[in-house]
Amino acid sequence: MANVPAGLLYSKEHEWVKLDGEVATVGITDYAQSSLGDIVYVELPRIGATLSQATSIGVVESVKAVSDIYTPVGGDVTETNAAIDADPAAVNRDPYGDGWLFKVKLDDVAQAKELLSPEQYAQLISEAS
Amino acid sequence: MYTPHTADDIEAMLRVIGVDSLDDLVRVPDAVALRAPVEVTPQLSESEIAERFRVHAERTTAGAYTAFLGAGAYRHYIPPVVGALAMRGEFLTSYTPYQAEVSQGYLQAIYEWQTYIALLTGLDVANASVYDGATALAEGVIMAVNATGRKAVLVSRAVHPNYRAVLLTYAEGLELAVDELPYGPDGRTDLESLDAQLAEQRYAAVVVQSPNFFGAIDALPQGAVERISASKTVVIGVVAEAMSLAALATPASWGADICVGEAQSFGNAIAYGGPHVGFIAASEAHLRRIPGRLAGKSVDTAGRVAYVLTLQAREQHIRREKATSNICTNQAHCALCATIYLAAMGKTGLRNCAALNIARTDELARKVTALDGYTRRFGAPVFNEIAMRVPGRAADVLTQLERSHILGGLDLGRFYPELDDCILMTATELTSSADVDRLVEALSEVSVAAVRR
Repeated sequence: MANVPAGLLYSKEHEWVKLDGEVATVGITDYAQSSLGDIVYVELPRIGATLSQATSIGVVESVKAVSDIYTPVGGDVTETNAAIDADPAAVNRDPYGDGWLFKVKLDDVAQAKELLSPEQYAQLISEAS
Repeated sequence: MYTPHTADDIEAMLRVIGVDSLDDLVRVPDAVALRAPVEVTPQLSESEIAERFRVHAERTTAGAYTAFLGAGAYRHYIPPVVGALAMRGEFLTSYTPYQAEVSQGYLQAIYEWQTYIALLTGLDVANASVYDGATALAEGVIMAVNATGRKAVLVSRAVHPNYRAVLLTYAEGLELAVDELPYGPDGRTDLESLDAQLAEQRYAAVVVQSPNFFGAIDALPQGAVERISASKTVVIGVVAEAMSLAALATPASWGADICVGEAQSFGNAIAYGGPHVGFIAASEAHLRRIPGRLAGKSVDTAGRVAYVLTLQAREQHIRREKATSNICTNQAHCALCATIYLAAMGKTGLRNCAALNIARTDELARKVTALDGYTRRFGAPVFNEIAMRVPGRAADVLTQLERSHILGGLDLGRFYPELDDCILMTATELTSSADVDRLVEALSEVSVAAVRR
């Protein structure tokens, strides 16, 4: 069973969001990384780019497939995880820690309401599998 | 292999469907049917046909002319080994390999081509080729646009005008702004306005060609490369005459992040302008933005060398509309010819050939400028092309030369109205001293009175 930590918010596209005031850290879930298999490359948004919620802003490439990353929240990218470039396997190893992808300064904190709770997300993936 | 139906085959098939003859199967109405025999020339023997075409060919081919025309398509010697190997059935019947890994021989050839291009440009990775130099430039610009997220490029006016025209076609659909850098008095790209243009940080790439369209060696100086890179702009180097790569510093060494160009000069004949073969090489940072196919070298389960298509996740059959490019084929056979050519020439042979190009061009420049009224338009060093100023309109001089069966070069006024008194002249290793002397003699007889403005 995939790990769904408490204290995070989730999207239907299998991204997680950690809110810290108006800054959100975003990554892909344990369920997503295990479905993708060995991740070999991650294309991240540029720092300073303005993202709109639920649009495709990058890709995760595994040995099996290339999948879009849909940003669960909109806003300006303040930071990206530069270590991922040299070590994309960190996303497999530690999707909620070292494998984080990027940080966004939210343009509207209210958009977090559209995200799923850990319970709702756990329900979603149990139905999918 | 094409196997036609025999009379027996046809009869057997007709029997199955219950028809007596092919004419019964396909009934042509009398009103439109041709019943009388068609009047055609009586059949000729093979040798008669060969003779007939030889006579036609003599009247129309460039072979009957002494040529100093280059400008993006170059006449170089092609050793017979190129044709002998490239025309083998295993290669000739192969298109871009589908079921790619079955075609180990072709993948190996593509891998070797990529290796040669990487060595010649000094960059980390090259693709399996694209249509030609012009589309290579457009694809290189798309790579820079995707890398930077910027929607404008700055292109030297000394880049091949046809390449720039193709880039404009791509730019229209992609909604890219294409701005120009002028050329300076010595024929090189004028970088005076560069800093002001970079200040806005709006350019995805700065594009220069070396040798440029006027033949001038136009590698960016170190300071300019640093300023371009500092504004997070990609440096694209264009090479329209691949032979120059054997004589000049590599594009990577002067600062190109991406090098695009045309490799027709390597083992591919000039034939009505094509087919040519484009190449794209880049630093590893751009690896995943390279369009088209990449062959890689690996090992199979038994540890034997195996060639594979690699990094296909960029490509349209996987990424659909989000692919790095919609380019769907390569010029595999032309790239193969280039690969065989490079293998046959070897490092020393290629260097010597490039040195001959420089020597022949030097001789051409010396002898033509010894004539009254003929001067080099630009002062910058060249590889194998010179912009030659002539007394009068270039177009008129060229017309008169043609009457003496000499293709004197390209009228630069066709692309640069301000240079309509200049002919772009090319000399390669195939240009003999006798050729140059013929040109000089014909030029000295050109009626200056008729062409002087």
